[in-house]
Amino acid sequence: MSLLTIKNLSVAFGNPANPFRAVENMDLTVNQGEIVGIVGESGSGKSVTMMALMGLIDAPGRVTADELSFDGKNLLKLSARERRKIVGKDIAMIFQDPMTSLNPSYTVGYQIMEVLKVHQGLRGAKLKQRALELMEMVEIPAAKSRLDAYPHQLSGGMSQRVVIAMAIACNPKLLIADEPTTALDVTIQAQIMDLLVNLQKSQNMALIMITHDLAVVAEMADRVAVMYAGQVAELGRVPELFRQPAHPYTEALLASIPEHSKGAERLSTLPGIVPGQYDRPSGCLLSPRCPYVQERCRAERPQLTPSANGSVRCHFPLIAQPVEIRDRKVAQ
Amino acid sequence: MLLFLFRRLSVLIPTFLGVTLLTFGLIRMIPGDPIEVMVGERTLDPAMHAAAMHRLGLDKPLPAQYFDYLTNLLHGNFGESLITRDSVWHEFTTLFPATLELATAAMIFAVVVGLLAGVIAAIKRGSIFDHGVMGISLTGFSMPIFWWGLILIMFFSVKLGWTPVSGRLDLAYDITPRTGFMLIDSWLAERADPSANAGAFVDALKHLILPAIVLGTIPLAVIARMTRSSMLEVLREDYVRTARAKGLSPARVIFIHTLRNALIPVLTVVGLQVGTLMGGAVLTETIFSWPGIGKWLIDAIARRDYPVVQNGILIVATLIIVVNFIVDILYGIANPRIRHAK
Ligand SMILES: Nc1ncnc2c1ncn2[C@@H]1O[C@H](COP(=O)(O)OP(=O)(O)O)[C@@H](O)[C@H]1O
Ligand SMILES: [Mg+2]
Repeated sequence: MSLLTIKNLSVAFGNPANPFRAVENMDLTVNQGEIVGIVGESGSGKSVTMMALMGLIDAPGRVTADELSFDGKNLLKLSARERRKIVGKDIAMIFQDPMTSLNPSYTVGYQIMEVLKVHQGLRGAKLKQRALELMEMVEIPAAKSRLDAYPHQLSGGMSQRVVIAMAIACNPKLLIADEPTTALDVTIQAQIMDLLVNLQKSQNMALIMITHDLAVVAEMADRVAVMYAGQVAELGRVPELFRQPAHPYTEALLASIPEHSKGAERLSTLPGIVPGQYDRPSGCLLSPRCPYVQERCRAERPQLTPSANGSVRCHFPLIAQPVEIRDRKVAQ
Repeated sequence: MLLFLFRRLSVLIPTFLGVTLLTFGLIRMIPGDPIEVMVGERTLDPAMHAAAMHRLGLDKPLPAQYFDYLTNLLHGNFGESLITRDSVWHEFTTLFPATLELATAAMIFAVVVGLLAGVIAAIKRGSIFDHGVMGISLTGFSMPIFWWGLILIMFFSVKLGWTPVSGRLDLAYDITPRTGFMLIDSWLAERADPSANAGAFVDALKHLILPAIVLGTIPLAVIARMTRSSMLEVLREDYVRTARAKGLSPARVIFIHTLRNALIPVLTVVGLQVGTLMGGAVLTETIFSWPGIGKWLIDAIARRDYPVVQNGILIVATLIIVVNFIVDILYGIANPRIRHAK
């Protein structure tokens, strides 16, 4: 049985009569001890999906799902209080910008110990001991003296280590890392990634790694979900999916890896941007940007269907078709 | 931190000089000198007038008078009232507790109600409560104190008869001042002699309530609005999201992770309200015949009692400056980024 099951998750914002579905019909499963990558350009709903899982979407945002279960518990049925016993303990999350993720008014030690106090009831010397242990686990040098440091006295990389220490404090079964290195210097990025992968192995956690950098996913993930405009475009095992993408969007992402590693924001292989609240097409969400678009794509939204390497949301998956036909379509 | 203190202190000297110059100049710009005001409508013999002015040292050229004034100040001498012949400092210390009591009560009222209303409005943003609080506080902020005081007196004192109209205590009581705070003094007196002073404390409280509400209204409105907007800003911060992702209770998220940071700008506003409060006290004390500093200064201006006006205002200004200075320091303590700044 999988650790996390998300079935048909939707998150809607704004006016109920004309809602903006930031996430729509999202399906995802994560197994014990597995690394799952979620990729997609900015605005494709990666963060919102995870915030919904953590129960952090506030009204007027609305979360609906056929199933949202974790470790055998149906999260949708839990009271807010019961859910908070899981969040921060068994499911933990780290965010994009470490410099703003820590409260400037409290010491690093206080903020780490707070989690241990609330979830494990640790007190006194034991509490401090465990906090130090965690800071050493995330390789913070001179941990003892850093316990009393305030966040503004730390570098970005150091802050992210503190955030990671807070997240793994209660040995979570699932750690969600939402673009954990985007805000950091390139030299620090690799260190933080290595740290996360090492911790994932040593703690035997499942890890959801959100990034828009496919190279990272290719290197470390077992499976990957490619998201586009609030939906999963393609889902599958990592080496196979990267060798043979079935979705045109995955293909474009892969083709953009070289520029991406040089820091390019847009996909040069796919002109345009992710449609937002007001410009979502009625057919396939990628249809305005897709190089292989057909009449049917503009008229009808595709469903997520099994493909050779997993599942794909496309009327004309790339690997199901002979190469010559694809080329002819482009020429038209 | 030391440098921070020093920087703040170094601006104080020009501020003090400015205050002395202003009060010295302004009171002399009002037509009529102390002798003329004292004599009033009766005819005044010019020779006697000149002799009286000479005795008071007011016939010297203005720069010389100003120089004398500063020299006295440097010797810690605030002079004496031209009318009562009592020392200005003694009059001040006698009357100040009344103002302090009123201002303290007003501030407690403003801070407690303002913080509470601001926090709830921010949490329940967009609700009826939120709109209500913001609407009322906008009204409160633009309320003329004089008019507001009279309305409250009309309703609660005249119509309902719940509270007395003026003063600090019913004349039937004879309470010896100990702390100068009527609430405390009356309570002590009532404990010492329950039969003679029965009900003194409640009576003092009834006298205090309306003036405190009137004086606290503007600070209350400012604090409520500031708290709300500051809370809303902090609630959007990433670290509040982190706190929620840690699985902390809503109470912990609000009070430990949001309010603490939201209070920093509110604290500054509270400090600045001390000045507003002193200004408001002048009016409030006049409306309610509250025997404090505000009423003292108004009377002194009417009588052209130069030493009282000059030094009374200087003492009040010093108080305001000191309070703002303390607020600055507290601000530094509440905000580690400033405390650690080199
Ligand atoms: N609280 C919110 N209210 C309205 N729209 C939101 C909210 N949070 C996110 N969105 C929108 O949802 C979409 C997906 O956002 P997000 O999940 O942050 O994307 P990303 O994949 O970059 O993490 C974006 O268009 C964003 O503007
Ligand atoms: Mg995001």
